[in-house]
Amino acid sequence: MNNEREHIIRLFESNMRLDGRKFTDYRPVKVEVNVTNTAEGSARVIIGKTDVIAGVKMEVMEPYPDTPNEGSIMVGAELLPLSSPEFELGPPGSEAIEIARVVDRGIRESKALDFKKLCIKEGEKIWMIVLDICTINDAGNLLDASSLAAIAALRNTTFPEYKDDKIDYKKKTNKKIELKDVPLSVTVIKIGDKFLVDPDSDEEKAIDARLTVASLSDGTLCALQKGGDYPLTSEDIAKMIDIGIEKGKELRKLVK
Amino acid sequence: MTYKERLDKRRFDETRKIEAKVGVIPNADGSSYFKIGNTWAYAAVYGPRNLHPKFLQDPSKGILRCNYNMMPFSSSGERVRPGGSRRSKEISLVTEKALLPVLDLNEYPNSVVDVFIELPQTEAGSRCAGICAASMALADAGLAMRDLVCAVSIGRVDDKLLVDLDYLEESYENGPVADIPVAMMPNSNKITLLQMDGLVSKDDLKKLLEMGKKACKDIYEIQKKALKDKYKREADK
Repeated sequence: MNNEREHIIRLFESNMRLDGRKFTDYRPVKVEVNVTNTAEGSARVIIGKTDVIAGVKMEVMEPYPDTPNEGSIMVGAELLPLSSPEFELGPPGSEAIEIARVVDRGIRESKALDFKKLCIKEGEKIWMIVLDICTINDAGNLLDASSLAAIAALRNTTFPEYKDDKIDYKKKTNKKIELKDVPLSVTVIKIGDKFLVDPDSDEEKAIDARLTVASLSDGTLCALQKGGDYPLTSEDIAKMIDIGIEKGKELRKLVK
Repeated sequence: MTYKERLDKRRFDETRKIEAKVGVIPNADGSSYFKIGNTWAYAAVYGPRNLHPKFLQDPSKGILRCNYNMMPFSSSGERVRPGGSRRSKEISLVTEKALLPVLDLNEYPNSVVDVFIELPQTEAGSRCAGICAASMALADAGLAMRDLVCAVSIGRVDDKLLVDLDYLEESYENGPVADIPVAMMPNSNKITLLQMDGLVSKDDLKKLLEMGKKACKDIYEIQKKALKDKYKREADK
């Protein structure tokens, strides 16, 4: 483990990564939508060998008492034991919960979703968007893959028919969820004195600190999350945010 | 009114369209997916590996552990709550029993072979699809096996005997329905899974098992081809 880290850092000094990429290069990214027809919307994101599926189910429920005229969104992430020898069966651990919450905030705080438009009847019925992310293979950077899959799945979602207080899941309407922007998260990693994006599993084990930067198409930040065991200076953060916004613009082109 | 013709125009002894692929999850020791109609099952095998907690270990042989799980968005109805249900527990158990007869785990004392089955999309026949996928994944993991395991549902809708019921057939309301998932070892014709919901006569069950055997032989060819294709793909690289 420590040897691996030393090897990674030694390579970095000659401006190289384990797989020959530049520091700000993603592995090949593929976004595919409508991958499962049982969901109201779905997307699959493959980054290198990392593979995740996000699916949306629409539910109707009573609004929360403090927001009687607003619908809502709930994000879940399942780190399936199918996708890595390191994941175990059982309720979501802290890693899965962090991914779900960071994806949730990136979408919610961007205000791209107008929750008032998800209200069916004030104080009585609202739409709840339930978005679940499932991992198929973890080869690093699940955070960015999940965020990308989540927004692509949302944009792919159509409402099922709702009639006489009942959802008919068999009947899909043409009505889409309105999204004013495409919020996207990019996780920037610090190892030694280098900044990089899209770590693979080996690089992920060697990180000192990471910063997930969620931004809108005009570059406005909408959510941040620092992780890793080491602190960052404000100069570090400024650099990481610049990289995050820049790479976000590239990834956004993949979301149609 | 009797059930004259299948809604999707299949012959009564015909399965839905099948697609199978091996080697689809790089982290796993063996993996595959198996699609039949709108049902889609992934399987990953990890192991033989160390088994913890220790009291579960068997010093005389390795154990097989299966877990069947529907992804939250895999049902055409309401969302499936994550975390497993009584149904998924039972299916995990019968899947384990369906696969165990082809394995020889005597060489792996104190170890476990984990099989994880995940379904991104389902529409009838999901346990059979899971077993077909799992059997290919076990072979892909290089485990010694006596045979593959092939599974399909057989059953009756009204007065017709048929293979691979779809959702509309399972929920047919104008006559009696029986749904019978079976798994077989195609080389010895032995049955490793048999469940049934519904009403069926003894004679019809006999006929159905013969129809199931035939369908399993076809599935067996698809599974073998998928296994060989993985090595072709790798050779082409």
